[in-house]
Amino acid sequence: MIPEGFEYAAPATLNDALALLSQYGEDAKILAGGHSLIPMMKLRFAAPTHLVDINNIPGLSYIKEEGGYLHIGAMTKEVELEESRIIRDKYHIFTDASKLIADPQVRNFGTIGGNIAHGDAANDHPAVMIALGAEVEITNSTGSRWVSIDEFFYGFYTTAVQQGEILTALRMPALNGKSGTSYHKLERKVGDYATAGVAVAITMNDDGTCKSAGIGLTNVNPLPLRAKRSEEALVGTGLTDEDILCAAQYAAEDCSPNDDLRGSEEFKRDMVKVITKRMIKKAISRT
Amino acid sequence: MHEIKFKVNGVEQTASVEPRLLLVHLIRENLSMTGTHIGCDTTSCGACTVLIDGKSAKACTILAVQANGKDITTVEGLATAEGLHPIQEGFKEAHALQCGFCTPGMMLRAVELLEKNPNPTEEEIRWGISGNLCRCTGYNNIVTAIQYAGAKMRGAELPSTEPEFV
Repeated sequence: MIPEGFEYAAPATLNDALALLSQYGEDAKILAGGHSLIPMMKLRFAAPTHLVDINNIPGLSYIKEEGGYLHIGAMTKEVELEESRIIRDKYHIFTDASKLIADPQVRNFGTIGGNIAHGDAANDHPAVMIALGAEVEITNSTGSRWVSIDEFFYGFYTTAVQQGEILTALRMPALNGKSGTSYHKLERKVGDYATAGVAVAITMNDDGTCKSAGIGLTNVNPLPLRAKRSEEALVGTGLTDEDILCAAQYAAEDCSPNDDLRGSEEFKRDMVKVITKRMIKKAISRT
Repeated sequence: MHEIKFKVNGVEQTASVEPRLLLVHLIRENLSMTGTHIGCDTTSCGACTVLIDGKSAKACTILAVQANGKDITTVEGLATAEGLHPIQEGFKEAHALQCGFCTPGMMLRAVELLEKNPNPTEEEIRWGISGNLCRCTGYNNIVTAIQYAGAKMRGAELPSTEPEFV
């Protein structure tokens, strides 16, 4: 399968890329890892007239803790997250997620920025970002702004990134010893989208009660979903089995999955409940 | 058309390509190197796996223009004048192929896997080749072949390649 014809440019600076995107308008697409976009172009679901390849722009790939935040550059590849020392030591949620995203070859190219900017509730990083309370840096020709992940997704394939803009970075509050995180998705086979996926971040108080909770759901809602009631059901509690079950029940009730090849709505709600329960327990065990 | 310059198996190449040309077609059709196979053409099966600057990649999902300046290894580049690459020897010794269609991609993926992890466990190998589908072997002998190649490359004792009958 061959994509429809298009013009290709690989600018060497962010400014040049932004200028090209403004010049070409809405029919231009950004090529990051390309492992969502190129398959869609081959199937002719997408037919951009221009591709702006941002792989030659230096400085968009990094993982660092600074000023109380974990900063991740948009062009950081999944494999780099998988192999990063900081991530392996402290941010287990990414290690959990990376292993389940597509396959090793795809992870050599797929980027975290692309995974989020694609605006697909079936992708895994949106839920992870929700759990971690991330912000997204969006850059245009006049400068950059930070957008909360809760205000980032507008609809199917549409996000806060407007025409002529590039998602350039992500930041989330750095975790400390009192925090634990986890992610799991049920998938039919390697490389499949989630039947249901749940991301959890828990921070404890010194007295063993729950200080804060972040819970994001993958592919069980039109938009990546924050399980708000579930979070509220945990904060301030001693995280007993009963509290956890209550949070899991709310997540199952508050999502909105579709019947499809991966399962019925009922089955998916059940899976959300089971995975939420397990991931909360796993996150607690990692605090 | 874009003029691109790249290396395949150490040999400098130039090509004039349309942006929509896929890397796998550049390799198979422009360079007539047909060891790189096209299986699913949808980023699933891994038959088109090549190495780009040492990283395993599905060549059906990379544009040929993206290869500009890159160093590509295909299955044709594995063996040297001295003989087979250890991974090829492993596949031969362990009977790790039947129809052979997945084998080039499987071997190139294994080369990167062993580069990063010279002594992988069975589980690490199975996760490591999870982007490569084989419809013949049931994978067991492929796992053995990769263990064999790993042992050979690090100079360790070679594992048995005799099939286990249970």
